Amino acid sequence: MRFVDEFRDREMAQGVAARITALCEPGRRYGLMEICGGHTHTIYKHGIEDYLPESVQLVHGPGCPVCVIPMGRVDDAIWIAEHDDVILTSFGDLLRVPGSRGSFLEAKARGADIRMVYSPLDSLKIARDNPDRRVVFMAIGFETTTPSTAMTVLRAASEGLANFSVFCNHVAIIPALQAILDSADVHIDGFIGPGHVSTVIGCEPYRFIAEQHGRPFVVAGFEPLDILESIRMLLLQIHEGRSEVENQYTRVVPWDGNQKALRAIDEVMEPRSTFEWRGLGWIPNSALQVREKYAAFDAERIFTLPAVRVADPSACQCGEVLRGMIKPWECKVFGTACTPETPIGTCMVSAEGACAAYYNFGRFTRLRLRQATPV
Amino acid sequence: MCLGIPGEVVTLDAQRPGMASVNVGGARREVNVMLVEDEGVGPGDWVLIHVGFALAKIDEEEARITLSHLEQMGQAYQDELRAIAGSRID
Repeated sequence: MRFVDEFRDREMAQGVAARITALCEPGRRYGLMEICGGHTHTIYKHGIEDYLPESVQLVHGPGCPVCVIPMGRVDDAIWIAEHDDVILTSFGDLLRVPGSRGSFLEAKARGADIRMVYSPLDSLKIARDNPDRRVVFMAIGFETTTPSTAMTVLRAASEGLANFSVFCNHVAIIPALQAILDSADVHIDGFIGPGHVSTVIGCEPYRFIAEQHGRPFVVAGFEPLDILESIRMLLLQIHEGRSEVENQYTRVVPWDGNQKALRAIDEVMEPRSTFEWRGLGWIPNSALQVREKYAAFDAERIFTLPAVRVADPSACQCGEVLRGMIKPWECKVFGTACTPETPIGTCMVSAEGACAAYYNFGRFTRLRLRQATPV
Repeated sequence: MCLGIPGEVVTLDAQRPGMASVNVGGARREVNVMLVEDEGVGPGDWVLIHVGFALAKIDEEEARITLSHLEQMGQAYQDELRAIAGSRID
């Protein structure tokens, strides 16, 4: 097994796995949701599910920002990029995400000036270097990338840069979790909490999940051992009848998060009344928009966007995957019409999307299981 | 964009407050360190970098663990390093 061969702490992992098994009550099933796409990636890459008893099911949540961006927002960004004087900048992760008229890459091939950047600060430099062009940064991501966009707007404002703006698509993790908890069709006993997002927001915002919804919540690191240990902590809480917020990733995540980052976000952005998530639909207060005070840097105020809502392709079941209702391989088009090379849905585009992670790694786990099972 | 990449601060930029020259994957990159300044950051410190910004200070052991994990990720990490290599932050 890849996981065992490559992983330096094999015995430790097996030790944690044994303790997990010991905590499982006979006849009971445990549904644990990992929220962050980085965790999904680790789980499939390292075959974590091979180490878990059958009664522990990992459910993949909506924490891949590329996966939850609705087609209409991709279309709007392309519409902006098609202005002759516009340079649209974007993280590379988004280039292949399909809109209703194709992806950024296809728009670029048709002549739109769309450039891949590593950081919003790169966009700022492009704006400085091209004073006769309008540079628009396609801002996406959860709280991990939101502070970077906010800090970049603050810097643009302090420089008085007149040709830079952001098309703000930042989303917030807490309302998404609330929506999942409110949906009746998903059975979740506990949450593996996102590591990097919590670096910014801290652990306190998850308290309602433990206290009002009675679900244990453990913020986890990204190593295979981190994830196994978080699962053990969740099962221990369930076993002892507790539901608390715990932090397994104390090496990086401070309980109170990064206050300076939160202040920067609050200075530049405010919650939108509602925002559409791919697969999850409209969720109140789930995304951020640029505040009036920074209107000069807000692409949605500079351009009058078409803002046409586009339904997901009917064959695509990303929504059910993102809500944890079906496993990636249970989707009708998984691995046939929809592959990382020709994605139909966003979950197959990003390396951290559940479908792409499963397509690249997880199917080997299932293959191993099938081979191990006598026919 | 979602990967946190460890980097070691080499120098703080005297001309531009909040910016630092950081060793990331063997290359020197300009990184904004304003968000970790309250914790005190200087040459020799390790930080976790997201899209050009240091979001957390980490110790050397954590940096080593994270780097080894990232190296095992393969393509996603290589893509991120390529993106960083193309970065022209100043």
